[in-house]
Amino acid sequence: MIEDVFNAVLVDRGAGVHGNPLQPAFDAIAAGQSLIFFPEGTRGDGETLGPFKSGVHHLLKARPDAEVVPVWIDNAYRVMPKGFFFPVPLLCSMSFGAVLRYEVQEPKEAFLDRLRSAMLELRPQ
Amino acid sequence: MMNLPHEILLIFAALGGVLLVASGVGFSLRARFAGGPSQAVVDNLNARIRAWWMMIAIAMAATVAGAPAIIGLFGFLSFLAFREFITQTPVRRADHVALFVSFFIAIPVQYGLIGIGWYGLFAIFIPVYAFLSLPILSALMADERKFLQRTAEMQWGLMICAYCLSHVPALLTLDIPGYQGREALLCVFLVLIGQASDVLQYIWGKLFGRRKIAARLSPNKTVEGLIGGVFSATVLGAALWQITPFSPLAASALSLLITVFGFLGGLVMSVIKRDRGIKDWGGLLEGHGGILDRIDSVCFSAPVFFHAVRYFYSVY
Repeated sequence: MIEDVFNAVLVDRGAGVHGNPLQPAFDAIAAGQSLIFFPEGTRGDGETLGPFKSGVHHLLKARPDAEVVPVWIDNAYRVMPKGFFFPVPLLCSMSFGAVLRYEVQEPKEAFLDRLRSAMLELRPQ
Repeated sequence: MMNLPHEILLIFAALGGVLLVASGVGFSLRARFAGGPSQAVVDNLNARIRAWWMMIAIAMAATVAGAPAIIGLFGFLSFLAFREFITQTPVRRADHVALFVSFFIAIPVQYGLIGIGWYGLFAIFIPVYAFLSLPILSALMADERKFLQRTAEMQWGLMICAYCLSHVPALLTLDIPGYQGREALLCVFLVLIGQASDVLQYIWGKLFGRRKIAARLSPNKTVEGLIGGVFSATVLGAALWQITPFSPLAASALSLLITVFGFLGGLVMSVIKRDRGIKDWGGLLEGHGGILDRIDSVCFSAPVFFHAVRYFYSVY
């Protein structure tokens, strides 16, 4: 259902042993699609930006030509906090930042830090 | 569909005429002030007028469609307004169930009670049952941080956005001798006078406003705007006495009640917005802000008007 309604790319969390769990994401980019990527890999606690998984770095190492647009989604946590399966209809906002580029051979930590601060800059107030 | 009083169509035709004039004025102002320092004010004015066309069309459709549509429209407005209000409150994860119940049970039940005409429960459902249930639901989630503040803000939001606003369609349930079948006109009267007062305060304020009432809290409210708006809306209410069960004198007194409470309600909501550091509650209505920015005055005047009419005019 998630694939049909949101046109989502699902990552199999246990696929690491069999192949590349990010393969569906590579395929989407290769097909010329825009990919919305959640670097925390899960829903946060609504207060702090959680640690980034390394997926976004793997993705860009393979496709350094891809443009990265940092986005901050505000208030979504309160719409459906972790552990609930029904939403409440609160207002959310999205802020978009300037395009970021992955620099060739950029170490993982440096890139993730750069992406992280670009996202935090978009946080309202 | 109930038998439609012919005055309803006359009133909406008149509103359409007023909007045509307003659109014409807005159009000529735009040509005159294009590129000047007042352009932003004129652009905002034109956006407001465009939104008014839509709002009046929706109001007319609901009024013509009859009581269930009027009740449904205000129920939906409560839903949207409460959504804007809660977005600005410090509710936490532990309030999720209480919020879900507020949105999807309390608001529909409150308006459903109007639909079935059960006044006794309508009057106490939110002030008693929602009032007690919300903190219970939040307490069960065991999060004590700012508990009273979170609970109080949910309760207050539900009172303003759902309970107070629901008194507009509740006018449909009043049994006024000699006025049966025309109750929808009372809703039109209340909303029309309240909104006209807001608009007239805005116009008088923009044209003649000098002395600010509460410069820090609400920079657009001026003494001149208040006096001109309240006076002209009261005159309008007296002129509309024939659509009401009131005498001309009573119609003007009740209009004064609507405008004064509407003004004070707008002031209260402005203070809250100022505290939260926001200018508008939302962005649904271009030029106006959110739904709550448009209906804040009606939320305060509706229960007072309802009870005045119920006490002096209806049999119960």
